[in-house]
Amino acid sequence: MVAAPQKTLTISLFITLNLISILPLLTFSFNPDEPTNRQILVLLDDLSLRSSHSIFFSSLQSRGFNLDFKLAQDPAISVKRYGQYLYDGLILFSPSTDRFGGSLDLEGVLDFVDSGHDLILAADSNASDLIRNIAAECGVDFDEDTSAVVIDHTGYAVSETEGDHSLIAADDFIQSGVILGSKTIEAPVIFKGIGHSLNPENSLVLKVLSASSSAYSANPTSKLSSPPSLTGTSISLVSVVQARNNARIMISGSLDMFSNRLFRSGVEKIGSLKKHGKSGNQQFATEISKWVFHERGHLKAVNLKHNKVGETGEPAIYRINDDLEFSVEIFEWSGASWVPYVADDVQVQFYMMSPYVLKTLSTNQKGLYHTSFKVPDVYGVFQFKVEYQRLGYTTLSLSKQSPVRPFKHNEYERFITTAFPYYGASFSTMIGFFIFSIVYLYNK
Amino acid sequence: MSAPETLQSTALRHAFGNVLSFFILLLIGVLAFSIRLFSVIKYESVIHEFDPYFNYRVTQFLIKNGVYDFWNWFDDRTWYPLGRVIGGTVYPGLTLTAGALWRIFHSLNIPLSVETVCVFTAPIFSAFASWAAYLLTKEVKGTGAGLTAAVLLSMVPSYISRSVAGSYDNEAVAIFALIFTFYLYIKTLNTGSLFYATLNAIAYFYMVCSWGGYTFIINLIPMHVLLCIVTGRYSPRLYIAYAPLYLRKMQVVLGTLLASLVPVVGFNAVMTSEHFASFLVFIIIHVVALVYYIKGILTPQMFKVAVTLVVSVGLIVCCAALAVLIALVASSPTKGWSGRSLSLLDPTYASKYIPIIASVSEHQPPTWPSYFMDINVLAFLVPAGIIACFMPLSDASTFAVLYIVTSVYFSGVMVRLMLVLAPAACIMSGIALSEAFDVFTRSIKFQLLGATQSPQVNKAGDTNSVAKNDVVKTEISEDTLKERPSRKNKKKEKEVIEKASLVSRIEKRLLVLPLEASLIAILLLVLLGAFYVVHCVWAAAEAYSAPSIVLTTRSNNGLHVFDDFREAYAWLSHNTEVDDKVASWWDYGYQTTAMANRTVIVDNNTWNNTHIATVGTAMSSPEKAAWEIFNSLDVKYVLVVFGGFVGYPSDDINKFLWMVRIGGGVFPHIKEPDYLRDGQYRIDSQATPTMLNSLMYKLSYYRFVETDGRGFDRVRNTEIGKKYFKLTHFEEVFTTHHWMVRLYKLKPPRNRIRGKTKKSKSDLAHLCRREEKKSIKFMDLFTLVVNHR
Repeated sequence: MVAAPQKTLTISLFITLNLISILPLLTFSFNPDEPTNRQILVLLDDLSLRSSHSIFFSSLQSRGFNLDFKLAQDPAISVKRYGQYLYDGLILFSPSTDRFGGSLDLEGVLDFVDSGHDLILAADSNASDLIRNIAAECGVDFDEDTSAVVIDHTGYAVSETEGDHSLIAADDFIQSGVILGSKTIEAPVIFKGIGHSLNPENSLVLKVLSASSSAYSANPTSKLSSPPSLTGTSISLVSVVQARNNARIMISGSLDMFSNRLFRSGVEKIGSLKKHGKSGNQQFATEISKWVFHERGHLKAVNLKHNKVGETGEPAIYRINDDLEFSVEIFEWSGASWVPYVADDVQVQFYMMSPYVLKTLSTNQKGLYHTSFKVPDVYGVFQFKVEYQRLGYTTLSLSKQSPVRPFKHNEYERFITTAFPYYGASFSTMIGFFIFSIVYLYNK
Repeated sequence: MSAPETLQSTALRHAFGNVLSFFILLLIGVLAFSIRLFSVIKYESVIHEFDPYFNYRVTQFLIKNGVYDFWNWFDDRTWYPLGRVIGGTVYPGLTLTAGALWRIFHSLNIPLSVETVCVFTAPIFSAFASWAAYLLTKEVKGTGAGLTAAVLLSMVPSYISRSVAGSYDNEAVAIFALIFTFYLYIKTLNTGSLFYATLNAIAYFYMVCSWGGYTFIINLIPMHVLLCIVTGRYSPRLYIAYAPLYLRKMQVVLGTLLASLVPVVGFNAVMTSEHFASFLVFIIIHVVALVYYIKGILTPQMFKVAVTLVVSVGLIVCCAALAVLIALVASSPTKGWSGRSLSLLDPTYASKYIPIIASVSEHQPPTWPSYFMDINVLAFLVPAGIIACFMPLSDASTFAVLYIVTSVYFSGVMVRLMLVLAPAACIMSGIALSEAFDVFTRSIKFQLLGATQSPQVNKAGDTNSVAKNDVVKTEISEDTLKERPSRKNKKKEKEVIEKASLVSRIEKRLLVLPLEASLIAILLLVLLGAFYVVHCVWAAAEAYSAPSIVLTTRSNNGLHVFDDFREAYAWLSHNTEVDDKVASWWDYGYQTTAMANRTVIVDNNTWNNTHIATVGTAMSSPEKAAWEIFNSLDVKYVLVVFGGFVGYPSDDINKFLWMVRIGGGVFPHIKEPDYLRDGQYRIDSQATPTMLNSLMYKLSYYRFVETDGRGFDRVRNTEIGKKYFKLTHFEEVFTTHHWMVRLYKLKPPRNRIRGKTKKSKSDLAHLCRREEKKSIKFMDLFTLVVNHR
């Protein structure tokens, strides 16, 4: 008996610990209140990358990010202190690292993402298992053949050194102004690295830059003994993932594409007549990094309100056939401030196991979306649901529970026209009985 | 000369008798109340079982918000997301009674808590029920039988099982209402007074308010009336016959009107087949009354002509009406009968068609031992009582016989209706015992006095008959007191006198038993009574006082208490969000809403079969499918009751087949044979893969092997079939002290969707190490438990 409370205590302690450990997963850590002064940890194989990729880094710094460069092997790496993450983003430009220094490992990187932080990962032809596993955990499968690179004999970029056509000029971008900016990227992106494939079932991962239909993934130095496993447009060169908690991840098969050399170099795609003085790499990298670090396409919905028509307060319960008003405000993060989000396809559901009401909200162009509708003639526990999923935007998923009750006993109509024969019958019976009684009692 | 003296002495004796019976009744009330307090003394003052928790919650709401809000209460915390209109689907009698009690106490400045009032409502009403039984039996067979019946009823185990302190359920007040309604019916029948008829209708209204068992009354009383008509008990005396029938009509009309005022009954009072009998009899009564009336005013020849005319026309009309009725009833799928009532007529109906009814153990037919357990020696006394009722046969005693016969049949269909049998058995046994004592004591008296004063014999017999026909006497006096019009009265009086003389004639003819035989017989009867008392006290103390939310076992080192249910509910109420939804099998719905105050998906009010089937399907599905079902219902937590660790037999694994059946009844992809190996339900290594992968199996046995290293289930007495497995879509958040309640949380959908690349070896090793650590920790805990047990 003595041990009993002790045991319960231990169990509950154990459970509490468990709960604590999952709590960070639930928190969303892109903190729009402190948009400036965001810390990004950059892990590099070699500190020389810092200068060879300086254009990319300085574009980030100019946008207000503090970059903390560390060697991937640095034993002092730690992303977390006292349960708090020290960084808002992580850039892994260390494709060949087998094991990170310090306390960071595969699980650490994934936890970092799962707690809502962003990640940019670049691999190249000698990508390590660690890097491949991180990518795989995010839904991106690099070609299992470790020596394979993407080759395109009809879409390569013309370069001084006549090579093996592994320097390819890719221009098959995703059609999304949110991810790649409103300005279309004119010049092809020069890519040199490994390709990956995506599971079509995976709804979270998007192919941003895919290879042309003539590309394949193989070892350029050896002769092809068997058909390559990855071919054509199924090869993705750069992909982005938006996790369910809206953490954003970019995975690229090429580290070189972020380098100053390729940023500056001109590009001429074989077969194409147009020669671009500057490759699309810089624009592509800058725009996509803006998306990854939530400078674009990040929505927030606030002030979800509902009330009966003619009232202001939110009722605890609605009655069937009530008329109600619903409003919600949606804003988009512009990189510096919240600006009203304008769209005509935001919908609200009045939902109980299935949507009973589905209405498109009208907007006042200042972020306020509103509508009004009649509560259906069904009682139950309903929810106001706003599910807004658009390409490139963060997922808005709001719900607010609001029960709907049937009529109270005194809320029905007192007299119904169709029932008048019955009223007539009962009243005439009453009168008849009365007369009958009098006649029967006093008439001898 | 001695005439006024004897009159005075009889009056004095009557006065003494009345005072004595008053005190006896008072003591019976005290006995009925106090025998039900074992649960409070042995455990604590707590609401028992499942349904009482709902009633308790409703009462709290009533007291907090008042009658109108209670009437209009839409509860959004049960049957998520459908909700339940409590005001319109609940029998409000019990709740209103307890609410009224609470209000009375508070107006007297006795600040009792709602819970206390609820706990003690049932014992209070069982005292009332004993008194009602006294009244009813007195109407049937006189005061002596009444007192005996009251004593028997005050401690009949069957009734105790439903009315111990804390068993705050509809039956607690409904049995009182039932007996009292019958009493008023008999009283009306005996007196023919409109006053009692009105009271009867009101008592019936209270019964309708309190319990679905009111259909028993609405069918039994018409049956009795019909019996009276068919046996022609009234045929020679048309107008007397008319009186109870007339009153009967009053009752039907008033009762039905009142009944339809109860929201839960509503138009069912005129729409369902259960109520057809009463209306049919209502019509028949009028036809009979009309026939007799016409017979009275017509000459015999005219009457014959009229009869042939009316019969031929009437037959045609009746056939047409019947055809329409049959067509109407047949067009509804259950023929207008509710499932529970159908299973009354056809005991196999429920198990064949409605698993949700069959799944409740109290809806199963009882076994023979349960008769002995629940009514004990009464089972042997009932036949004697029936015989006693036949000499002489009166309206009241035919009713008593009819009551016992029907209730015996119904109790044979459903264990639950044993409760209806118990009062009938008590009344019958009370009559039997009192008659027996009557005969024996009279013969002793005769033997003792007979030697000295032989002429007194006759007188003794007379007094006896007078005492015994108290009813009859009151009837006479009342009838003579009241100046009621017409010949009715005279005829009735005549009949009564005739009856009385008949009775005394029989009395005289009664055998006088030898002294020794009478003495031994009395001794044996007392012994029998003593056995009954001992059994009843034992049943009250041991068998029926457990609150079932707290369990105890006796072992070598003393009493051990299992308070896991409240532990789990307390965990829920302290560690989860207010709006979180908890899914469990429906048995635990009421408790979860009342004790943990969390929204549940299904509960013990099994009004929506599909919703229950959805939960049953989820429990019988593999993890992923189950997760999807639960997630679509916004479920956050899943509660599973598991008895394998301590040997608690009514756990979810034992109920699992019902979940499969109920789920399969609506969702045909769940098939019962998939869960059975060669028709056998097993959980060991021979179990089918479907069984081993079902959610219920996994949630019950998750980490169970860590307790003793081999996963030995103490309820099923086997080693479990699948010992080491991980949960992918659920995570364990709480397991109570004795593993009886296990709570799981639905994992959120994965933040990322993983690609197909396999993990490298080092990661796997890392994971394994972590699992190992966890299990070691639990082994430590377990050794702690084992040591202290």
